[in-house]
Amino acid sequence: MPEKIDRNRLQELIKGGAQVLDVLPEDEFEEQHLPGAVNIPLKELTAETAGRLDKGRPVVAYCYDYQ
Amino acid sequence: MSPRAAWRLESLGFKDVYHYVPGVADWAAAGLPLEGRAAGMATAGEAARQRTALCTPGDPIRKAASRAAEAGEDSCLVVNDEQIVMGRLYYKDLEASAGAKVEEVMDPGPSTFRPNVPVVEIAEFMKQNGLKTTPITTSEGRYVGMLHLEDAEELARQQAAREG
Repeated sequence: MPEKIDRNRLQELIKGGAQVLDVLPEDEFEEQHLPGAVNIPLKELTAETAGRLDKGRPVVAYCYDYQ
Repeated sequence: MSPRAAWRLESLGFKDVYHYVPGVADWAAAGLPLEGRAAGMATAGEAARQRTALCTPGDPIRKAASRAAEAGEDSCLVVNDEQIVMGRLYYKDLEASAGAKVEEVMDPGPSTFRPNVPVVEIAEFMKQNGLKTTPITTSEGRYVGMLHLEDAEELARQQAAREG
């Protein structure tokens, strides 16, 4: 089950090498995103596009806020 | 969306999955670095002055008035021990009974802005509402600084000059 985390835990995970996935639409990603985030809009998140991520490393998904 | 994305990742075979529900809005409101078009814009957090007249809810009014006078300001921001903004005292309040406590007189719900808001937006809001200063806080309400309209307008002018 995916773990819900806060900002502090996110920063710890990033320091530990976690991948950060931004699932917002591309234009919103281009406006602003977390440093180093990969953009795969939720509607486009498939086995193929998820191939950009490493299954062997932790991954944190985020969007704008409580949507 | 992030919970759905996280579950989707698990269904695709990812084992170590997390989701950060507060999202980029929370990250930006905490004043943390961002990338993208908006990252180059001057923000409230950059323009805010850290030094301003501060007092605590239990302080007597005369102490708050003294702080404001020393800072050359006409208001005093009220913060608790954790630097959380609890209220604001304006000039008319500072003239109240010297025996009163700050918490009895203060405005408990002052308008505040987050550090990530572009100064261009805030300057416009301040002008429209006749505000000379406005507190900047994190999403948890923690004091970051006091934004002065003159500083916001200057930074907005510099940004406009850079953008040509």
